Amino acid sequence: MADSRPASARVRRLVFDVDGWPGHLPGQHVDVRLTAEDGYTAERSYSIASPPEDPQLHLLVEDLDGGEVSPYLTEDMRPGDVLELRGPIGGYFVWSAAADAGTPAEQRRPVQLVAGGAGVSPFLAMLDHSRRAGDPTPVRLLYSARSADDVLGEELLGPQTTVTLTRGAPAGWTGRTGRIDADLLRREAFAPAERPRVFVCGPTVFVEAVAGTLVDLGHDPRSIRLERFGGSTDPQ
Amino acid sequence: MSLVSRGFGRRRSGTTDDRLPPGQYDTGSRFPVLSAGPTPHTPPARWDFSVRGEVETPRTWTWEEFRALPREAISVDIHCVTKWSKFDTRWEGVAVDTLLADVGTRTTHVLAFCDGGYTTNHRLDDVTGGRAWVVDTYDGEPLAPEHGGPARLLVPHLYFWKSAKWVRGLMLTRTNEPGFWETFGYHDRGDPWLEQRYSGD
Repeated sequence: MADSRPASARVRRLVFDVDGWPGHLPGQHVDVRLTAEDGYTAERSYSIASPPEDPQLHLLVEDLDGGEVSPYLTEDMRPGDVLELRGPIGGYFVWSAAADAGTPAEQRRPVQLVAGGAGVSPFLAMLDHSRRAGDPTPVRLLYSARSADDVLGEELLGPQTTVTLTRGAPAGWTGRTGRIDADLLRREAFAPAERPRVFVCGPTVFVEAVAGTLVDLGHDPRSIRLERFGGSTDPQ
Repeated sequence: MSLVSRGFGRRRSGTTDDRLPPGQYDTGSRFPVLSAGPTPHTPPARWDFSVRGEVETPRTWTWEEFRALPREAISVDIHCVTKWSKFDTRWEGVAVDTLLADVGTRTTHVLAFCDGGYTTNHRLDDVTGGRAWVVDTYDGEPLAPEHGGPARLLVPHLYFWKSAKWVRGLMLTRTNEPGFWETFGYHDRGDPWLEQRYSGD
């Protein structure tokens, strides 16, 4: 681990130098494995938050109460410590400029990203990648965070991104507030007629609600890709 | 490789270790939900279940007909490739053996197909011999849509992506045809005790 620094009120950005990293596609994840002195191991998956152009691997890790791996990563691990990573993993929840390069610009279907909380991680990789590639495909992000202190990756936010705060906004906040619902999706996301490829990432309840609303609005279910996290802490 | 993580120790109870495959943890009373796409909502009136492909007699059951088939109660541990395991899950449904009993087949592989376009492949011997079911209740209640209702495949000895949600039928195939996650880098068989998570494991 090269660096560990706060990324928001509840999330740390962990930066790794990975020998022999083969490169990745924005949206892919890694499996992290921790091993105790007695041989006990624990594994969890984390989305990669950095674009393939960055030689270092960035993970955004939320310190979840009662977790086993995340608290170690965010509280105990120090720069210079080593851990086992496996990846890159996943070939479905990905988007890259290279994959669109064979399609004429006017025929490229736009990319709509919808994030809840730390679910923005893979999308920060996609946004950064898109920017570095010269924004060849229209990409928009609709991102729901609890408060202004919870917003991740602010340096990547701009005209193509919309942040909505769900638990109160600071004085002077001019952005959106409230949960991502049909009204907000209608106003801030690509319309079904534009045939966007839609990626949704966040806690299970968020993903289930947004996916259902997108289908109700007329988006093609086959064009909606989902990724959930927090499975171990999300009561069903 | 066993690289010790400085200062890392077990934080969870170890009482169920002998039931946990390598790399898994006990999710307790929670039941996480995962799917690649939106949850389909197929009403029973428009639901049926088919067995087709390399069979002598293809079969289709309506919801009513399916519900009238011989049923079994199953209590099993399940293991998700995303690392959680859940113990003593209770289901009811129809054994795949029952669904295949009269179709006549000599083939070796099967592809489960689902509402929403999801597929997963199995060796026929992984879904026969009392090791797989099509279930429509969980914990005594109708199976909720987010957990695969009206009905899902249940193949508890393999990682849970192999227990396809919203299943609508079985296509018997002459050759092994990778399903959805299997074409995206996940293991072809997915035995949790061998930790067959990804292609090449």
